[in-house]
Amino acid sequence: MFVTSAYAQTAPAAPETPAAPGAAPAAEPHAAPAGEVHTETGVAHDTEHSGAFPPLDSSHFASQLLWLVITFGLFYLLMKNVIVPRVGGIIEDRHDRIAKDLEEAGRAKAEADAAVETYEKELAAARAKSHGIAEAAREAAKTKAAADRSAIEAELAAKLSAAETRIGEIKDKAFAEVGQIAEETASAIVDLMIGGKASGDDIKAAVAAAKTGA
Amino acid sequence: MANDPIHQFQISKIVPIEIGGIDLSFTNASLFMTATVACAAGFLYFASSARSLIPGRAQSVAEMSYQFIANMLREGAGSHGMKFFPLVFSLFMFVLTANLLGMFPYFFTVTSQIIVTFALALLVVGTVIVYGFYKHGLGFLQLFVPSGVPGALLPLVVVIEVISFLSRPISLSVRLFANMLAGHITLKVFAGFVSSLGALGALGIGGAILPLAMTVALTGLEFLVAFLQAYVFAVLTCMYLNDAVHPGGH
Repeated sequence: MFVTSAYAQTAPAAPETPAAPGAAPAAEPHAAPAGEVHTETGVAHDTEHSGAFPPLDSSHFASQLLWLVITFGLFYLLMKNVIVPRVGGIIEDRHDRIAKDLEEAGRAKAEADAAVETYEKELAAARAKSHGIAEAAREAAKTKAAADRSAIEAELAAKLSAAETRIGEIKDKAFAEVGQIAEETASAIVDLMIGGKASGDDIKAAVAAAKTGA
Repeated sequence: MANDPIHQFQISKIVPIEIGGIDLSFTNASLFMTATVACAAGFLYFASSARSLIPGRAQSVAEMSYQFIANMLREGAGSHGMKFFPLVFSLFMFVLTANLLGMFPYFFTVTSQIIVTFALALLVVGTVIVYGFYKHGLGFLQLFVPSGVPGALLPLVVVIEVISFLSRPISLSVRLFANMLAGHITLKVFAGFVSSLGALGALGIGGAILPLAMTVALTGLEFLVAFLQAYVFAVLTCMYLNDAVHPGGH
């Protein structure tokens, strides 16, 4: 298909070219310099299929195949033995390195977690201990305060009771003295008013009666 | 001559060699095969020579190509197919570099020669056949007998399978060859319009703008095709190799 269209384009133009009588249909239609046409057709004349569409020209197949085998074969060997192991190795190394780093990071994280846990445990213990100390101090202070208070209260109570007994004594004494004074007063009054002497017992009885009656 | 779109595919001898009546000359095609190999291998060699843990740009490209093909092959042919990695990687890099080198003006496009692409395709299919029989013996022929086909249809299906298998090297080679050939011809034709219209004077220069824009757009498209065809070649190679590794896997 390509061949025929190439022929169709170039074939009518071929007679126009001044050089190369019986030139190949592939010869240049666009008024190219004669020298160039010569080299062009000269190359083409070397081969049996001079007019073939170049990419399909079988006269070059052997040469192309040979050089393809040589170049591609070399390329394949170079890829297989040098480039692929090398690039693969680089990628592998990176994967290993990343995996190792991740592992390391995981380990460091676990360590950090453990450290945090220890810290929190210690903190809790310290807190509990300080709480205990405070509690004990509070307790001690409380008991001491209670003891002090009870001691003071006891002392006060003792003082109070002593004062009370003393008051009672004074009261009794005063009462006793009141009786005596009353008796003396009564006998004096009786003396003055009656002019007689009342017996001490009568006066005493009378005073006692008045006292209880009062 | 400058405007002939076919001229770029012309093979010219650089060092004429003839052995036993067979022309084995070192031609411009041979030169560009050598250049392709030198570029691809040189790039990969120097890109990976630093072996740095954190890759530079070149090393990144080399690693990306490696992993691109490795993933393609693993998906296409499974982990058993990974033994073909050097082959697929070489094919991909060779075709890609040859296609891209062909994009330079005045450079010869190695992959625009049917014999080159056909040889590469035969290499793939030959590898499939040789490895398939070596690994599975006659069990490799299971490839042509899909399971779950009714008995009456089986002969027909087997014939179709055989034909499709035999057409693989042709389709694989013609696809790459025709894409490169057609693309380069189109590019050359449109570029030729620019110069011939430009020679017609002011009106012609105005008219040449359209083919110039087309040439620019086609150049972009051709770069895409250059990569895409290398990719397609590699993907199909992976699929065909899958048949060699798992012939019953249909």
